[in-house]
Amino acid sequence: MNITPASEWLINSSPHVRTDDSVSRIMGRVLIALVPALGAAIWFFGWNALRLTLACTITCVVAEWASRSLMKRDRGINDLSAVVTGLLLALNLPPQLPTWMAILGSLVAIVIAKQLYGGIGYNLFNPALIGRTFLLVSFPVAMTTWLAPSVFPWADAITTATPLGIWKTTLNATQQAPPDFFKQFPLSDLLTGHRPGCIGETCSLALLIGAAYLLATRCITWHIPFSMLFTVALGATILYKMDPTQNLPPHYHLLTGGFLLGAFFMATDMVTTPVTRGGMVVFGIGCGIITLVIRKWGGYPEGVSFSILIMNSLTPLINRLVRPRVFGHAPQSKPA
Amino acid sequence: MNIISSLFSGSGGIHPNDSKKGTATQATVTPPIPPLLAVSLSQHLGAPSKPLVKKGDAVLKGQSIADSNGFVSSRVHAPTSGKVVFVGPRMTASGKVATVVEIETDGLDQPFISEPPAGDWTTLPPRELIERIHQAGIIGMGGAGFPTHVKLSPPPGKTIQTLIVNGAECEPFLTADHRLMLEQAESIIAGIGVLQHIFKDAQVRIAIEDNKPDALAALARAADKLTGDVQIVRLRTAYPQGAEKQLIYSITGYEVPSGGLPMDVQALVENVATAQAIGEAVIRGLPLIERLLTVTGPALAQPRNIRALIGTPFSDLIAFCGGPRGPIGRLICGGPLMGIAQSSLAGAVTKTTSGLLVLPPEREALFSSMPCISCGRCVKACPMRLLPSTLSEASETEQDAIAEEFNVLDCIECGCCAYVCPAHRPMVQHMRRAKVRVQSLRKQRDAQKKKQTS
Amino acid sequence: MDPVLTQTIIIGLTGLICGAILAIAAHFLAVQENPRIEKVTGLLPGLNCGACGFAGCADYAKAIVTQAAPVNLCQPGGVETVAILAAELGVQAVAAERLVAIVLCNGDDSRAARSVVYNGIADCLAAEFVGGSGKACRYGCMGLGTCARICPVSAIRIEQGLAIVDPAICIACGKCVPACPRTLIKLIPESRSIHVLCHSQDRGPDVKKVCSVGCIACTLCVKICNGQGITMNGQLAEVDYSVPLDNDEVIEKCPAHTIHRRTGRKPEKPA
Repeated sequence: MNITPASEWLINSSPHVRTDDSVSRIMGRVLIALVPALGAAIWFFGWNALRLTLACTITCVVAEWASRSLMKRDRGINDLSAVVTGLLLALNLPPQLPTWMAILGSLVAIVIAKQLYGGIGYNLFNPALIGRTFLLVSFPVAMTTWLAPSVFPWADAITTATPLGIWKTTLNATQQAPPDFFKQFPLSDLLTGHRPGCIGETCSLALLIGAAYLLATRCITWHIPFSMLFTVALGATILYKMDPTQNLPPHYHLLTGGFLLGAFFMATDMVTTPVTRGGMVVFGIGCGIITLVIRKWGGYPEGVSFSILIMNSLTPLINRLVRPRVFGHAPQSKPA
Repeated sequence: MNIISSLFSGSGGIHPNDSKKGTATQATVTPPIPPLLAVSLSQHLGAPSKPLVKKGDAVLKGQSIADSNGFVSSRVHAPTSGKVVFVGPRMTASGKVATVVEIETDGLDQPFISEPPAGDWTTLPPRELIERIHQAGIIGMGGAGFPTHVKLSPPPGKTIQTLIVNGAECEPFLTADHRLMLEQAESIIAGIGVLQHIFKDAQVRIAIEDNKPDALAALARAADKLTGDVQIVRLRTAYPQGAEKQLIYSITGYEVPSGGLPMDVQALVENVATAQAIGEAVIRGLPLIERLLTVTGPALAQPRNIRALIGTPFSDLIAFCGGPRGPIGRLICGGPLMGIAQSSLAGAVTKTTSGLLVLPPEREALFSSMPCISCGRCVKACPMRLLPSTLSEASETEQDAIAEEFNVLDCIECGCCAYVCPAHRPMVQHMRRAKVRVQSLRKQRDAQKKKQTS
Repeated sequence: MDPVLTQTIIIGLTGLICGAILAIAAHFLAVQENPRIEKVTGLLPGLNCGACGFAGCADYAKAIVTQAAPVNLCQPGGVETVAILAAELGVQAVAAERLVAIVLCNGDDSRAARSVVYNGIADCLAAEFVGGSGKACRYGCMGLGTCARICPVSAIRIEQGLAIVDPAICIACGKCVPACPRTLIKLIPESRSIHVLCHSQDRGPDVKKVCSVGCIACTLCVKICNGQGITMNGQLAEVDYSVPLDNDEVIEKCPAHTIHRRTGRKPEKPA
């Protein structure tokens, strides 16, 4: 019997089989899910979108490789998480942002928000959002200057404001909603992406297609995004019923700003969100409430990034408090 | 008899490819008697048996070669006739050294007892039936190896209301229990009849997963002979449906309390093979000297279900199955999810060996040292509703107080968390390490308390 | 009044009031502690290793002052600390001989065979669950470094899959002893320098299969020492550390080169 010598066998603890899934496969699926949004970004914002995407993704990967080498850790870029961070950051940037700012934001996202915490799995905050928030706070003008979208062959840039921006500034200045708001930004534009905004957040349809893919492949679960959507829809409905003239209708809340991008792609980042399903629902509800509060009463027109970062800081607490009842521990329900 | 579906569904669990097609339809075969048998005296939980023979002694089939060493212990018998050539420490399939009795077989298979015991066993009181089970050296054949006579003797105050016969066989690759149910259904039912005599007021539930419809039908037919509250229960196929706590919940809806035993919810679980062995012992006076197991795997030429004598060396089993088919990467004793990886071919069949898996080399190592990415798949999969991600991180960073608070001692080491982990973390190893550390932390704490109060 | 001035005064006053409250509280809520305990704590090395059996140096100092605990329990402190403590407390004390840790295995990768490849956590306790880290000898050092990590002074290093204690750095706190799942580490008097560097209970021929320097139980060393100093424990020769042993013959005559001299004073390269 010709049998391989035991010195070439492997021993490990049980179990001895596992799924084929891996971190790089999950990241790969996220990248695939972002392709529609990236396509829409390039469609509407042309070279700017491509430039920012390349700048962010390349910087993120190189920064991860370099910082880990300096810290004498394994390079770890094979898990594709740096690529995902780069792409998500790029999709959260306004189209005319200078390339050097995008590079700076990527460096902050990877080196400070991720590697200095210990690398993947150890970061407390969503790295892409830290990068974006850093840029927003450091370069407020550049980060809040938007271009009107145009399609191929991409006419000259016209500076304009986002729907939420127009709504808030007009409301603050005149105590009234901007006239012709819904004619200026019809629902169809919100769905197709023909509106100003960050390059990845404008095309709701593309984002929803990507989200459906993520849900179908079980990359994400419904708990966080749907809790967020439901909370904002509920809150917006209540506010709208109380005063339709001063509040946006609920579907506008869901489809404007970075809400869909945030709910399905940023708030579902696994490392920085709770690990139990109950905790995820709490997280989603918290994000929804904070987003709505900032949009309604806060200084910024858009609050998704901040809400997610704030809830990230509460994730360890949520993980401690919201736990399922362990099998065999009281109180047990009597069987039917 | 009618088959009913289980009423309750536990949480978590996984659905691996069951890989049973290769052997589920193959009838069991009995290989020739191997030239050498290595019978371990530590096949069961509890104190190892005391040897009754020494080098040079001649033994007959079914003769007692080791006696119980205390209450939680068991007897061991010679599986066939021959001569004892070695009594001493040897490495066993469990990875531990144990006293092993090596018997050089003579091929004559001469029995020690040739007649079944006289008298009608149905007239005997339960304690005598239990003693016959003890004398036959019967231990839990589902894998734990707990001495059956101890399990069948709950302390006063604990009644058994539900007797569950475990035919789930939820591990992939394994089909031995399935074949036993198809080929020896009457024998299993006879054993259940004995158990009914011991626990006269208990209801009987024979539980089988729904991926074995032929076994469900076979036992339903044979169970018509039984009287009393007996039902065949069809379980939803999932791993670990056959784990004791999960099985009790599926059948009764009660959760065995943390740190407790099935008798705390008036339940008792026996594997189908154990039930059959009980019947053979009480009715026909036969000791436990052989068992069915599945020798299989992608790197094995001819996977088979085998009726093997206890002590059959693994090398003989592999040779009987046509040898390896290509290079071997790992040899697993048991199923792929809870089995023990072998470091050599020196192991032999014990009363709890349910299978032998010959696996080819993997392209990459099974486990990595990637950090936990908190994806939550393990939380979803854990049948005990623990947080394996938190526990594995606590184990890595040696935070034993956190591991204790998050109930690592409730882990049943089923492997569901490691199976689903995309970071390929060695989760079960982390759990076992944390358990040992938490237990020593508790000991230290108790010692401190004693020091303070004294 | 100028608002800046108002705010400065208010904040300043608040700070002063809070400070006063803290000062009063510190006085009334102060824990009365015997000042001697603090002094004795200062005389101890301050490593908080726990070798004395108490929970750190402060706890040991408290026990010395209030419960007349023996003053010679501090291993890292050594003879000097015992003398200082004895003088401070006015007691007589004999210092226990300085101990040092030693790993009773010499089977590194060049001498011990590998039986299988291990894939799992790089921790000796964890590896023991699957029967070891791949070394064929099931009694030998697994080389995964659990002892090295727990040593508070980094006295243990792993070389070629073998743990080696540097006796010059070792403070004999004893933390490594329970850390080894194969109980290979012993704390022995520093003056004992001859060791049987093996812990295997396998019979001679089986030992030879897995390690070139394992004890084969030929009992030559026992005979040379006339049963004093080295005795047989099953299949393993063991040094009796309670008696001094200074016999180079056992080192030279051991056919498997299992016995070595390792001194306590300066670090020695393994033979």
